[in-house]
Order: sequence, then C-alpha cells, then structure tokens
Amino acid sequence: MRAVAPNRRRPYVRSMVGWWRKNPYFVEYMIHEGSAFFVAAYALILMVGLLRLTQGEAAWNGWLTALRSPLSIAGHLILLVAMLYHAWTWFTIMPITLPPIFVAGKRLSATAITAGGLAATLLTSVLLLLLVWRLGT
Amino acid sequence: MSEIEKIIPIEVLRYRPEQDTEPVLQTFQVPFTDDMSVLQGLQYIKDYLDGSLSFRWSCRMAICGSCGMMVNGIPSLSCKTFLRDYYPVGLRIEALAHFPIERDLVIVMDDFIEKLESIKPYIIPKKPRTLIEGEYLQTPTERDAYEQFSSCINCMLCYAACPQYGLNSKFIGPGIMALLHRYNIDSRDGGKAQRMEMVNAEDGVFDCTAVGYCSKVCPKHVDPGNAVNLNKMESAKDYFLRFVMPKGTGK
Repeated sequence: MRAVAPNRRRPYVRSMVGWWRKNPYFVEYMIHEGSAFFVAAYALILMVGLLRLTQGEAAWNGWLTALRSPLSIAGHLILLVAMLYHAWTWFTIMPITLPPIFVAGKRLSATAITAGGLAATLLTSVLLLLLVWRLGT
Repeated sequence: MSEIEKIIPIEVLRYRPEQDTEPVLQTFQVPFTDDMSVLQGLQYIKDYLDGSLSFRWSCRMAICGSCGMMVNGIPSLSCKTFLRDYYPVGLRIEALAHFPIERDLVIVMDDFIEKLESIKPYIIPKKPRTLIEGEYLQTPTERDAYEQFSSCINCMLCYAACPQYGLNSKFIGPGIMALLHRYNIDSRDGGKAQRMEMVNAEDGVFDCTAVGYCSKVCPKHVDPGNAVNLNKMESAKDYFLRFVMPKGTGK
C-alpha cells in the first residue's frame, strides 16, 4: 500500500464584517435601502392623522396644528428629500426587475424605463397636489 | 525599446496555506508598457520576480472566464483590465471576493460548479426527436429572447459582486440564475418544471435583495440581476398558479 500524502489544503474564508464599507456601490446601496425608513416614518405620520380623525374634531385639529409647527415643517423637508432620493434609486433599479419591454420591435432601454417611472411619479404627484389644492379652497 | 520604461507597484494578496495562517499583502515593482493588462503584470511577476505566485488564466481575451480577481476591490477580468489605468499610484490585486482562497489568487469554485450542474444547463427537449426527424428549429426572435443570457462565461465576477452570496453561500446566486433562465426561456426547452425547484427553493431567487452590482460588473454584458428578479415573478406565478391549475400540471 502506498502512503497517502498529507492534505495540505486549507482554504481561507475571508470575513464579511463591514462588507458594505468596502465598495462605494455598497455604501450607496445601504443609504438607499436606509431611505425606506423615512418612507415608513411618513406612513406612520399619516396613520397617526387617521387615528386622530377617528377621535373627533378637536383631536384632528390638534394634529393639523402640530403639522404646522416649525419643527414639523423642518422634519417634512428632510422627509421630502429622503423620499425623492428613495424614488430616484427605486426607479434606477427598476430596469433590472422588469421583463424586457419591446416598443416597435426594439427593446426599451434602462434609461427610458427609469425616466418613464420618474415622469409618472412627477405627473401623479402634480395631479394629487392640484386635487388637494382644489378640495382645500 | 523606444519607450521609457515605467514601473508600477502591484500589491498582491498572497496566501500560501503551508506557511501563512492568513492572507498577507506583498508588493512587487513591475515594469510595464501601455498595452499590458493586469494579467500580463502578474505573468511578469511569476516569470521574473516570484515563481511561486499562483493565479488562473487561459485565453487572455475575455472569453475563457478564468482570470477573474479583485482589482482595487472591484471584480474584474485581469486580462481586460490595464495597468496604465492605475499608473503611477499602483493597484491591489486580491482573489475573487466571497469565495474561499485556495492559494494566492486561486479560489475554491466547487460550490459554483455544483450549482451549475444542479440547474441542468442544457436543453431538455419537450419531446425527444430521432435523428431522422432532424434538428430542433428556432426563429431569430425566439433566439433573441435568451441570447444575452447565453453570453455568460462562468467567470464568477457577479458572485464576487453579490454581498448576499458572500453572507450566505447557499444562495443560488446571479450567474447560475442567468444560465438557468437562458434554458428556461429557450423555445426548444421543456425542462422548466425541473429547474423551478431550484428557483423556488429556500435559498433560491428570494435571497436576492436587488443590489444590482452583479449586472454592473459582468464583462460580457449579461444582466444576471434581471434573470434573478424575473424569476422572482416566475416563482410567485408558480406558487399561486398551482391553486387554479388542475392537479399534476404545475410543479
């Protein structure tokens, strides 16, 4: 019987600690995923509004007054910026999540899909704003 | 030589299991010309500076997929990356991220090969034909549907770009999904039901969080991120359709 040579293989597994800091692409990924918390925060604000509405006129008016405070307005500005960034990155990733779309025999480009998504967001936002404006006055 | 010789520092992550307990960086001063790739830089090191340096390579023209490595932290084919772009600062070369290091720049790719075999990367005919019946015909439009995904050269750069694979190597991953998708959408293929088991599995497509870096680093312009995400839809369809399909048709 021939002697078996000792196995010198010792594959080295590198640690994933701090993986997202190793590449600017991952840093941006973490920031845009993190911006979802701001979206959730705004949903929560609206939910509180709904809750206050069910509690009667005084509660509802209190919520409205709270929204008009300088702190709330500053907060809303931060939320708006985060929401815009979230929307932007959401539509940037959209081309990789959609099945190929063909227009007149040609595949729609990633840029066109992103631009289309952003345009649709802008349009619906403006329509909603106009609607609320009309209802408010 | 008419050109003045330029020297570039190349930092290489070495790992020699018989002497190193963990990978260590070693710097080499490499003379180069503007047409030299990073791979040629490594070949210079091996030929003239340190013959013990290990790395994989074969075709030198971005077709074989052997020479993938991290160049300044970015998954790259070293034959398609040029030294001149890093002059005079220099560059750091490491083994492909997210894979165990066998030695120096050589990674252990067993996991990838096993996954590749598991998805049955070949056409499984809907109905086997005899030779006399001739070939399986396909229109150019039918071919266009999968053409992009068939460009994959198994270089594994997309795996080195995927943090989800790095965190959990059970995840099927981008490149394998691109190949799986390539066969599933081939008009001549009838093996989709078999492959959907891999798509739907615990560590199938839903481990993906749409980072999207896989599609950015692909040297052959494949969109593996798209293959993974389209199959999230396919998987959801597969799941819900079984409630409305007659027994035995869905899988």
